[in-house]
Amino acid sequence: MEYGKEEKTTNLAFSKVVTSRLGGETISLCYQCGTCASSCPVAKITERFNPREVIKLSLLGEKNEVISGDAIWLCCSCYNCQERCPQKVEIADVIYALRNIALEEGYIPNIYSEFASALLNDGRIVKVSKFVENKRSVLGLPPLQPTGVDALRKILSATGFDKLQQKEEESE
Amino acid sequence: MTSYAIFLGCTIPARQPNYELSARKALAKLGIELIDLANMTCCAPPPIQSINLEASLAIAAYNICLAEEADLNLITLCTGCFESLSIANTMLKADKQLKAKINRILSQAGKEFLGSKEVKHYLQVVTDDVGLERLKQNVSKPLTNLKVAAFYGCHALRPSELLKFDDPERPQIFESLIETLGAKNVEYRNKLKCCGGLLRGYSDDLALNMAREKLVNTTKAGADCIATLCPFCFVALDIGQMQVKLKFNEIYDMPVLHYSELLALALGIDPEELALKTHKIKVDKVLNKII
Repeated sequence: MEYGKEEKTTNLAFSKVVTSRLGGETISLCYQCGTCASSCPVAKITERFNPREVIKLSLLGEKNEVISGDAIWLCCSCYNCQERCPQKVEIADVIYALRNIALEEGYIPNIYSEFASALLNDGRIVKVSKFVENKRSVLGLPPLQPTGVDALRKILSATGFDKLQQKEEESE
Repeated sequence: MTSYAIFLGCTIPARQPNYELSARKALAKLGIELIDLANMTCCAPPPIQSINLEASLAIAAYNICLAEEADLNLITLCTGCFESLSIANTMLKADKQLKAKINRILSQAGKEFLGSKEVKHYLQVVTDDVGLERLKQNVSKPLTNLKVAAFYGCHALRPSELLKFDDPERPQIFESLIETLGAKNVEYRNKLKCCGGLLRGYSDDLALNMAREKLVNTTKAGADCIATLCPFCFVALDIGQMQVKLKFNEIYDMPVLHYSELLALALGIDPEELALKTHKIKVDKVLNKII
């Protein structure tokens, strides 16, 4: 990946890496006003997460602290910050971009590897058990259509998503 | 009759027959035909976007392709699915380069995103296609005396620039639909704040704190029940109440119903047909008030 090369030259390059990624494009527009932090329902109840801080550290090139830490996983994806940002920083999307980088580098919380396995196996992130499926006709629901899991696997393979899975399995 | 391809997503078929039954029955009664298409998958919501944003856009686009091939617009029940699919649809329609990139991925699965269809949440379908006047005429069991706390959740409203569902800070669509059923809409503190649903599984403590706040505020406001639009919010607030009881030693006994369940009841559909036993917090209090 290109950002690996850039990182070796200077820490500040990390913000360029984030900017070059899908979702991360707007990070450098941040002027640290803190509207995000004051709109964040998670920051209100814990010091473990503050969106302004995550962006600041990323802009300062503190890559390791950002991607190996707990904070990026504590965003609840409510988009309140993104909605209110006066600079139109797409903060929730920036966090997804940071999570994408963290996962590529091997930092994968258990719950996310469970989501990834379920998606690859069943085409859904919550499995529909045979029991539940059989009960549908009793309840008066139409039969469940098959999922497009084969097509999905091709898409996941074309985007490297399945490689992430393999990497995680190797490290286990 | 207006027809839509129904996008069920993951959580509803796996865990919430009460949502699916009420929505199917109510929408049928309102003249909305739902077509079940084969080969749909997960919508790629925030947990999957967190893993790989590009793959997530492609997955959402793949599902929209299925609707395009069937020449149908999509209707979702889950607001999470609404968000993932709408964002992809809007972004890819607006950005040719991104569309070309995603189409290169989709070609591996033999698909091409055209951008010819719309993604709608069922509240929009009821508001726009049925209309409040016609809905009111169809209400045979008005929910008179029932005080309902509307909980939008996050992903119907935000990011508003892409979703265009309603005003993100002062929405009205849900409240209007509640009052059209004859119920009273109850305002409560921090109504638009997240329920913490997506933190479940990573940080259950924080998630429960956030869900608890909803229970505290809706109880203070004197609501008879909370109405939801999203299966994740439903889990956070319904099953969540059992966990709040264990952790905080507090009992709220606040019934949580999907709007579609209130809708089905107001349209005169027999409660026995709605799998209401799926609820962890019993809804008898609500039924007693309206029947």
